[in-house]
Amino acid sequence: MPDYRNDPAAVARLVRETEVHRDVYVNDEVFALEMEHLFANTWNYVGHESQVPESGDYIGTTIGTQPVMMVRHTDMTIKVLFNRCPHKGVRITTEPSGNTGRMFRCPYHAWCFKTDGSPHSIPLSKGYQDTGFEESHAAQGLTAVRHVHNYRGFVFAKINDAGMEFAEFFGDSLSSIDNMVDRSPAGRLEVAGGVLRYMHDCNWKMLVENQTDTCHPMVAHESSAGVTAKLWRKAPEGTPKPMAVEIYLPFMSPYEFFENMGIRVWPNGHGHTGVHHSIHSDYSAVPGYFDQMVAAYGEDRAKSILGENRHNTVYFPNIMIKGPIQLMRVFRPISANRTLVESWTFRLVDAPDMLLERTVMYNRLINASASIVGHDDLEVYERAQEGLRAGGNEWVNIQRLYGRDERQDETAETNGTSELQIRNQFRAWKKFMLMSMTVDEAVAT
Amino acid sequence: MSVPNDQDLISFVVREARMLDEQRFDEWVELFTEDGHYWMPVEWRQSDPVLTTSLMYEDKLLLRIRAERLKGNRTFSEKPRTRCHHVLQTPQVDRRDDAGGEYVLWTPMHYVETRLDQQTLYAAWATHHLVMGTVGLQIRLKRVDLVNCDAAFGSIHLFM
Repeated sequence: MPDYRNDPAAVARLVRETEVHRDVYVNDEVFALEMEHLFANTWNYVGHESQVPESGDYIGTTIGTQPVMMVRHTDMTIKVLFNRCPHKGVRITTEPSGNTGRMFRCPYHAWCFKTDGSPHSIPLSKGYQDTGFEESHAAQGLTAVRHVHNYRGFVFAKINDAGMEFAEFFGDSLSSIDNMVDRSPAGRLEVAGGVLRYMHDCNWKMLVENQTDTCHPMVAHESSAGVTAKLWRKAPEGTPKPMAVEIYLPFMSPYEFFENMGIRVWPNGHGHTGVHHSIHSDYSAVPGYFDQMVAAYGEDRAKSILGENRHNTVYFPNIMIKGPIQLMRVFRPISANRTLVESWTFRLVDAPDMLLERTVMYNRLINASASIVGHDDLEVYERAQEGLRAGGNEWVNIQRLYGRDERQDETAETNGTSELQIRNQFRAWKKFMLMSMTVDEAVAT
Repeated sequence: MSVPNDQDLISFVVREARMLDEQRFDEWVELFTEDGHYWMPVEWRQSDPVLTTSLMYEDKLLLRIRAERLKGNRTFSEKPRTRCHHVLQTPQVDRRDDAGGEYVLWTPMHYVETRLDQQTLYAAWATHHLVMGTVGLQIRLKRVDLVNCDAAFGSIHLFM
């Protein structure tokens, strides 16, 4: 097996134009390198500003596998801090969210830090006099993540100095976040409806790839959406279509539907399905909502916002949003064969509650650990994680509708059943992995 | 039987769990009233199933879809099939309204699901809202509160 840590060329060889080596999914060293490089060189979603409205409010989360906190500082800016006391390494907070007041206090030795991480006080501090303590890493306080950007309420952070500025990294892909936020008559979202957490015994990238895989719904979800269609056909003529049926049925749409919906890719691994329409296009109108949108934006603009029905937008490396229903999924890597999926929903500020009700129902029906749609997705991921151990073929194919003129980091639109976005992700994967990988000379020689 | 006594109510809850263990899902769905729900909250002491998400909040149509799906030849996550096992404490009758024909029972339980070599134990409290109608006792709401409702689980395949 290659020594990936000391052989960037071997890492590069894992990704070919139309296939990827199984080690990107199963190899522990490749996973460790992803955490050190890929998740440090890219902009990662941390949280939403509505989760920390007041000074001292914080949430605990992760970037890759590293614990971080997002906190509202006393000057009302949002900071992202590594969640680790500079003294002995103790995680400062364990609650998913809370308010820490004007400072964080470590539960071990009561070292205290301001909400931007800077040191506040240490008990019995005379014990550090004349020890050169000021020069130590510990004296600097909680380390802040240096690169933080709040885009319309969505807070992203980048750990390394390497990599790109926020605007260059995301480019035109931000149009999907724009559309999600613009759907609020007030132009604002709030986290609402609770979070679903679902543990997956598979590699995190299988989940990300599945978000733009449009050839699986009518196969893997025949058991749920197909049964729904069958039972619904038996309903007496004129029965009003329940919201749940409206959510399930489009999963059984024919291949042509998904071919025609289109896929668009952007530089740096971002992309989305549903350029022209999506499974969210034909939901029933919610009374009063359109009028609110017209009042807020004017009729033309309101129609243009609501006419955009993107399906899944992947923000590389590990989140997906559904603009038309204000839903976000975060695929949190835990190990090469373990991933925590968090599914969040947002309220469109000032819009009717029925929109949140539908969003919350979608989340429950599709993304809960008791979801009959989620069950069959997880089943195929876990079978892949296991099947990849088989010999004879070490490669995973990502060739569907491959164009020989495809270029890395271009914006392009194509047939909705293409695996172009999956190839786009792997080209970005290679770029951001190798960006900071250097051979350790001491080991290499 | 127009007014059930406590033992009737308790037997109903115990037999309902047995029905699940025996995989009689079609019969089980018919225990629910037409407006009945099966609810598994995701938040501790959750009060709202509509604007807050849940692990499950299924009306009778959705329960029928689940029961039907379990029989399907292309239900890949049920190949092989999941089995389940309930251990109930004696159900306690928390509320009786004989005039209205409405009853509430509370039942602590341990629930096991197993498939292939995996076996998972869950601990929960079931709250049954039963109604007495022309066809006998029926479930208007079965609420299952997991002690660790907010933990990250793998797939929960069947019904607790």
